[in-house]
Amino acid sequence: MTAGDKILLAHGGGGRLTDEIVRNIILPAFDNETLGKLTDSAEIQFGKDSICFTTDSYVVKPLFFNGGDIGKLAVCGTINDLAVSGAKPLYLSLALIIEEGLEVDTLKKILYSAATAAKQENVQIVCGDTKVVEAGCADKLFINTSGIGVKWPKANLGFKRIAAGDKIIITGRIGDHGMTIMSQREGMKFETDIKSDCASVAQICEKVIEALGNDIKFMRDPTRGGIAATLNEIANQANCGIEIYEENIPVNPTVKAAAEMLGFDILNVANEGKAVIVISPQKVEKCLDICRSCKIGKEAAIIGQVVADGEPLVELVTTIKGRRIVQMPYGRELPRIC
Amino acid sequence: MLERINRAYTQIARARKTLGRTVNIMEVCGTHTVSIFRTGLKTAFPEGLKLLSGPGCPVCITDQGYIDAILAFADRADIIIATYGDMIRVPGRNGSLEQKTNRGNIKIILSAEDVLKLAKQNPTKKILFVAIGFETTAPATAVMANEALQQGIKNIFIFSNHKLVVPAMEALLSGKNHRIDAFLCPGHVSVIIGSDAYKPIVKRFKKPCIVAGFEPMQIIEAISEICREIADGKPQVGSVYHAAVTPAGNRTAQKIIDESFDIAPGCWRGLGRIDKSTLKLKEKFAGLDAEKQLGIEFIPEEDLTGCCCGEVICGLMDPPDCGLFATSCTPDTPVGPCMVSSEGACAAWFKYTRKKRQS
Repeated sequence: MTAGDKILLAHGGGGRLTDEIVRNIILPAFDNETLGKLTDSAEIQFGKDSICFTTDSYVVKPLFFNGGDIGKLAVCGTINDLAVSGAKPLYLSLALIIEEGLEVDTLKKILYSAATAAKQENVQIVCGDTKVVEAGCADKLFINTSGIGVKWPKANLGFKRIAAGDKIIITGRIGDHGMTIMSQREGMKFETDIKSDCASVAQICEKVIEALGNDIKFMRDPTRGGIAATLNEIANQANCGIEIYEENIPVNPTVKAAAEMLGFDILNVANEGKAVIVISPQKVEKCLDICRSCKIGKEAAIIGQVVADGEPLVELVTTIKGRRIVQMPYGRELPRIC
Repeated sequence: MLERINRAYTQIARARKTLGRTVNIMEVCGTHTVSIFRTGLKTAFPEGLKLLSGPGCPVCITDQGYIDAILAFADRADIIIATYGDMIRVPGRNGSLEQKTNRGNIKIILSAEDVLKLAKQNPTKKILFVAIGFETTAPATAVMANEALQQGIKNIFIFSNHKLVVPAMEALLSGKNHRIDAFLCPGHVSVIIGSDAYKPIVKRFKKPCIVAGFEPMQIIEAISEICREIADGKPQVGSVYHAAVTPAGNRTAQKIIDESFDIAPGCWRGLGRIDKSTLKLKEKFAGLDAEKQLGIEFIPEEDLTGCCCGEVICGLMDPPDCGLFATSCTPDTPVGPCMVSSEGACAAWFKYTRKKRQS
């Protein structure tokens, strides 16, 4: 570990330090091919069927935020991990770690919110667990959800399929979730009307895969670390260069201003209801139309492309036609946002 | 937009011709440094113009001795250290605040006002406030100190190392090796001190001083104006940041600084001791003064071995010319403050410029 012999908050931030702990500490402990692929979901073969399986823990603070709450987030987040892996989300588990003293009403509100989010996507929560820890040993409520989905037959996704010339789509405005949480965090006197984008992207994923199948090369939900982390991972794993165009990236101006004021690069800020889609150039317009026909994809945009380049770097062409590198965020940008 | 960029190109070419060499403009403010990299300005300008990053990042100009003095207090159970975020990753001789085991006692604050809250929430602890920054953050420290005094709060201890920008600019131009032809003056600081504050620099050193905001077009406008003045041989004080900066500045903020601080000599990383450059709390705040109450001591120290942050801050060296840059010093394993701070020149070079991938 480069940052000493103790776990730092940044190790959980979704950036370079998270990547390090996963590769150097966690992977060696379990060492198997499926885990080693480091995809959003594990793909497991059962006879002819391909099952996707994923898990995620949610520790967002505050529990309720403009646009959602930890319950909705825990369901949508896991649904999204399955959907961007090319699988129809079907069943979820939901495990609670509750701090002694949490109001029952608060818990109820969160659980019903989770239930509503699941119902909207025809996903069932079929098993769970409840643990309570002493006051001070957790922060109100942590939730873990795991999910199972079945691969859409036409889905053929993978880093290896990405090639120079492929286009990159984002399904809407970036940074809404991260900046909403930051603005509502304890101690931050910063009030705006910005709202988390917390939502399921399953519908968009299903539609584009149904319509375009093989032309969809790769999808990912750019959560912690924002699109900067996602695009860097794509560049690294697919060993390609990526070029994105600042003027094409959709951002709510208030969110952008808030990010700038607090010193965050909007590209590093988390999303919870967006997908990055890598698509063949021939079908990019069609894909964009499909995204925009969906409720949460109205502001989808083509933000860049994969370039033939010796180095796996993400480069931003700025509004004044300058260029700069977009790096993998370090990881301490926004702790406990999901 | 393109028209304005082209106009700037013409002025840059004129200034270059007048000087017979590359035009060197120093941006004094860390926020400008970041904006110049982030917006791609660094790559958009033609050859013949060089932008130097100056001593405008509060974390970067903080002397190593101050950082080590804070670190020495970080292990005490009765102390809570209240600091702005970037400071926690700056290495001292023995680790950084981020690596301290009692990390719970190190609180990141967003404004000086948060210190009052911390003090009330933790009445049995002593809150040691790492008071750094320029004329922009000093008024907030002063307001907080006045509040604490009025409310009779006894557990706040301010370790003031607030700095004044103009003395540092003068010190730079008084140095023998400098290569500065003009200053792109800071936006936020100038809101407080006013653009007239740079008049003595223009008068004494004959270098243009132009204030700009942080949008790329503002920076381009200011550079265009600077180059025009160099070409015409008429250095002036000016501002293209009309929305926020007046010649006289914010008198209220200036007044509260005057009433709360004494101007003292102070040590800067890279620049060493500069007369009349540092703000120390006035005697009426003696009860809140960490140096007087806690015995925290600031002994100037040399930079860590091999670290060239001092040279970088003075515009004498570009970060990639430092032997540690991108090898042993990276944002993950910073050696000097310029690689830690989000407004540091080294961090900006590392983050935004094209380079071979680190293995």
